[in-house]
Amino acid sequence: MHRKKYPFIAGFLILPVGLYVLLVIWPYIQTISYSFTDWSGASQNFNFVGLDNYKDLAKDDVFVKALQHNALLLVLVPTLTILLSLFFAFMVNVGGRGGAGGVSGVKGSGFYRVIFFFPQVLSIAILAILFKAVYRGDDSGLINGTLQAVGLGDKNHPTEWLNDPDLVLWCIVFVMIWAGAGFYMVLFSAAMQSIPRDVYEAALLDGAGRFQTFFRVTLPLLWETIQTAWVFLAILSMDAFLLISTLTSQDFGGGPDHSSEVISTYLMRNFQTYSKSGYACAMGVVMLLLTLIVSIVTLRLSRRDRIEY
Amino acid sequence: MTAPATQPPLTPAKEPPRRGVGSGPGRDGMEGKTLNAFSHGFLVLWAVMIVLPLIWILLGNFKTDSQIKSSAWTWPTEWTFDAFQRGWEKGVGDYLLNTLIVMVVSVPLTMLLGAMAAYVLARYDFVGNRFVYYFFVAGAMFPVFLALVPLYFMVDRLGMLNTYQGLILVYVAYSLPFTVFYLHSFFRTLPTAVHEAAVIDGASHTRVFFQIMVPMAKPGLISVGIFNVLGQWNQYILPLTLMQKQSGGDADRSMLAQGLVSLMNQGNYETDLPALYAGMTISMIPVLVVYLSFQRQVQSGLTAATIK
Repeated sequence: MHRKKYPFIAGFLILPVGLYVLLVIWPYIQTISYSFTDWSGASQNFNFVGLDNYKDLAKDDVFVKALQHNALLLVLVPTLTILLSLFFAFMVNVGGRGGAGGVSGVKGSGFYRVIFFFPQVLSIAILAILFKAVYRGDDSGLINGTLQAVGLGDKNHPTEWLNDPDLVLWCIVFVMIWAGAGFYMVLFSAAMQSIPRDVYEAALLDGAGRFQTFFRVTLPLLWETIQTAWVFLAILSMDAFLLISTLTSQDFGGGPDHSSEVISTYLMRNFQTYSKSGYACAMGVVMLLLTLIVSIVTLRLSRRDRIEY
Repeated sequence: MTAPATQPPLTPAKEPPRRGVGSGPGRDGMEGKTLNAFSHGFLVLWAVMIVLPLIWILLGNFKTDSQIKSSAWTWPTEWTFDAFQRGWEKGVGDYLLNTLIVMVVSVPLTMLLGAMAAYVLARYDFVGNRFVYYFFVAGAMFPVFLALVPLYFMVDRLGMLNTYQGLILVYVAYSLPFTVFYLHSFFRTLPTAVHEAAVIDGASHTRVFFQIMVPMAKPGLISVGIFNVLGQWNQYILPLTLMQKQSGGDADRSMLAQGLVSLMNQGNYETDLPALYAGMTISMIPVLVVYLSFQRQVQSGLTAATIK
């Protein structure tokens, strides 16, 4: 085993590590250092401005608004997605009654699994085109058209889903849940299947109903997976760039009138449109810190004893 | 959901004819049934909410532009594939070709470099092994956004903005964390005996890797390969930043997702929505085929990214 071991190791690692450091790690580090400069991006000339960018961020109304929207997404998207996908996973795995062992999914669970997961593999471009059409502001949109057809819509004043400052963020939240619930259902399903059947059977024999089974057996045993899902969904909601930039108005999204602005869309606009690269980098760093804080807090607050089985 | 336990296997006679739909007789059977119906109804509703918009937009391929714009509930009159041809000519064909050119190189390269790194990290002890491993895993934690601004200028300095090779390298670099992480755990589980036998027979480390370990790791390579195909096919933010025309004469090398969104925004298609939908359909078909044929691997591959 020791024959020429180190040259071999070095030879195998040099390309992947080199590429990774050059294109991933180094830019991460640069983001942090540029955030202390007034770099415009166009030239290589910039001055060190200390914490000025961060002070400006605190005074920037649009940024504060974006931060609030991110906070809203951070609470809503993980909560709703996890609740919904837990329910789906439970129904599909142990929700059924009357199977041979007493523990099985509802009828057609294989079908639901395939359908619910599908949005996860659709590209963001497809989601954008699809939901632009679904949310269209006249009755050629799927929602408005359907509301009309069943007599609920107002033909003269259709709801402009994506142009209504009060609705636009909710529309985005819905798309995120629509696309994500199936994925987390499959994730929780995998975790549920690793729970031994006898645990469920024991609960059944003791007279536990579905409700009790879920809260007393499934939920505690899934705790770690739920934590992970929460962290991933939180990271997703911190970002949310793709959907918002493609679905909403304004350069890089965020409209109307910043009512769906999030940090990422504002960051992109500062970088590409306003040429304020240093300022954009400072936003990136704030995003990084928030992501880290959210992840650590989630993992700390929800820590429980690990259950072995 | 509150239906109390009814020992279904023990009371087959009392069961209603439709077993399994979860309506066993219980202490408060009626309430249980209502909740049951509700739960089931909700599953069906969600399935409809996913399938209906997709079918609805696919029907748009066969409608006329004015039909689409007039009302949501119209039925296509002519079932022709004209829209597909128009969409193809308006750029979707080029975008598809660009995407294929990039991925034919980037996916195998990701797999090769990822497998090499993962193998060495999983099977060899050396100083700094854990460090390099966590270094890779940490990269999967942070959103691409944090790197975007400097990455743009880095690729610019390499002279690779709006080039295939530039995008390929970036795709590989950003796919490595997950690939290494996934294959690392896979290589760990492979038995050591075969490896040792080969070494005793005098095989070099490199040969052991390519001729013994890679074939043994095939299932893992397939899973992570599918993951990378889907991930890179659907990538949007990286090409959006890195594949912009650098000058008037520069060729448009947009990737599929990016090209579709720009067509949508440009309003080129404003007068030809069916062609836009056709373009969308074209980009969806390969994903649909991969998903339906490798359903199990796709689901396990994608969720493995989240577990642990």
